[in-house]
Amino acid sequence: MSDRLTNDVVVKVARLARLDLTAAEIERATEKLGDMLDHFADIDALDLSAIEPMNQPLPIVNVMRDDVVQPCLDHDEVLASAPQSEDGRFRVPPIIGIQG
Amino acid sequence: MARFSTASEIASGVRSGSLKASDVLERHLAEIDAREPEIHAFNLVMATSARERAAAVDAMVANGVDPGPLAGVPVALKDNMCTSGVPTTCSSKILDGWKPPYDGTVVSLLRQAGAVVVGKTNLDEFAMGSSTENSAFGPTRNPLDTDLVPGGSSGGSAAAVAAGFSALSFGSDTGGSIRQPAALCGVVGVKPTYGRVSRYGLIAFASSLDQIGPFTHTVADAALAMQVVCGHDPHDSTSIPDPLPDYSELLDRGVEGLKVGRITDLPEGADADVAERVEQAFEVLAANGATIVDVEVPAFTYGLTAYYIIAPAEASSNLARYDGVRYGLRVDAPDTNAMYSATRAAGFGDEVKRRILLGTYALSAGYYDAYYGKALRIRRLMAQDFANAYQQADVLLTPSSPSVAFPFGSKTADPFAMYLCDTYTIPSNLTGEPGISVPFGTGLDGLPVGVQVLAPALGEPLMLQVAAELERAAVTLEKRGAS
Repeated sequence: MSDRLTNDVVVKVARLARLDLTAAEIERATEKLGDMLDHFADIDALDLSAIEPMNQPLPIVNVMRDDVVQPCLDHDEVLASAPQSEDGRFRVPPIIGIQG
Repeated sequence: MARFSTASEIASGVRSGSLKASDVLERHLAEIDAREPEIHAFNLVMATSARERAAAVDAMVANGVDPGPLAGVPVALKDNMCTSGVPTTCSSKILDGWKPPYDGTVVSLLRQAGAVVVGKTNLDEFAMGSSTENSAFGPTRNPLDTDLVPGGSSGGSAAAVAAGFSALSFGSDTGGSIRQPAALCGVVGVKPTYGRVSRYGLIAFASSLDQIGPFTHTVADAALAMQVVCGHDPHDSTSIPDPLPDYSELLDRGVEGLKVGRITDLPEGADADVAERVEQAFEVLAANGATIVDVEVPAFTYGLTAYYIIAPAEASSNLARYDGVRYGLRVDAPDTNAMYSATRAAGFGDEVKRRILLGTYALSAGYYDAYYGKALRIRRLMAQDFANAYQQADVLLTPSSPSVAFPFGSKTADPFAMYLCDTYTIPSNLTGEPGISVPFGTGLDGLPVGVQVLAPALGEPLMLQVAAELERAAVTLEKRGAS
């Protein structure tokens, strides 16, 4: 991956990550991330096609249990942490909005 | 350096009635009063609840009830562990005002064992960093020299033990965040086998790498702490169900007959003073009956790249939950998408944003195979290489950190320079295997050097056995140096 990272790619990635960055932040991030990707070039030449990916360290088996109702977090206590709530629910701005 | 009481001494004194938990606590609170303003180990000191708790422990002893194996031991918790009703910030503005509605499993286990929680410690925001300079609440200073960083990301927890603010503390280690600050502050730090300590209530950074572990004055204290916090937890699907060994059993056994591996293709970069001490550690173990064997771990050198793809990738996913809807900060905007983006822009610091961007990029269409997919294959290679090494050696020895504690600002301009701090600790997070940093003499300017002992999965008893030998030898060296 030798193509140098561009501002446009960082703008797209920032949108995917829901980060509202300023032009200066985009500029700086492009430079720093580009440097990081240069360091990552040490793995470019490795042929690892015969190696299986390893997602996590230990073999995991699915753990099943009976579907028994157990105590859970208190509704009001959880909602008390929310920036806004109404009628026992989280309140958010309009979902279908005006964003271009 | 001041000699502080160990957790083992405190617990046995309180249990036998020769010490009062309240007196022990007051001594630690006095240290906090004296030095916390310059050190800033804590985001929150919980003096009132600690006093109530210590009094309750004393009352139990007075009534003939054993408070548990950590009776009256003052404990500090990294501020990414959920404490019911007590602010838990991850040293980030995005969790502003949030109080968790539950205790993490480690927090519950510590309380059940009679420990007294004295506060929540500072960290690099969301545990991303190696110097605790990335905290939204300002840096922590190294108690041994306040011009220097304590390491990170669990810098507050390392500093709390080193400064005598608590006899025991807990951090989390995703790429070295316990072992590196332990080395820089001259204390013991353990990353247990992945899955040995429940992650329930540990705010996630990179879920396949994160592991909670203790900071202590001694290896025996580390064994004691692990006996309390290790074990199976139904709340964590990656928790290991195997029964616990006795972590203290082998501490006095010495190293006669053990095979200690030297990694011949270890990445370069350790400073001369650190390398010299590690060499001395090999000599000490050999002089005490261990055999030093050469092993190769060819994938070691690719660990940093694999880690700095995998960890940000997992973080970009884990940190998606901070969206201003259910807890923490919200920046108002006309629609949800704009609200998410504005909230996250205002709430996250530079390093967290950088890693979210890097992780999102590595996972995005067109780049996934070249970065994330490849990193996962290196991870497998790493596990295979270590498995081969452990065919020949019982444990491996490396530096914990490439350098002793460094000045503030010296690595902040270049993120990669900071990432290099984790060179020797990262591989065991990728493989899930345990590691310990044990203080072993001093380097440049008389600052502590940490030697790292690595062991195969669930090899903690052996790892602690070797660390205990190094600890005994370090005391001998110190006496010889002083005479």
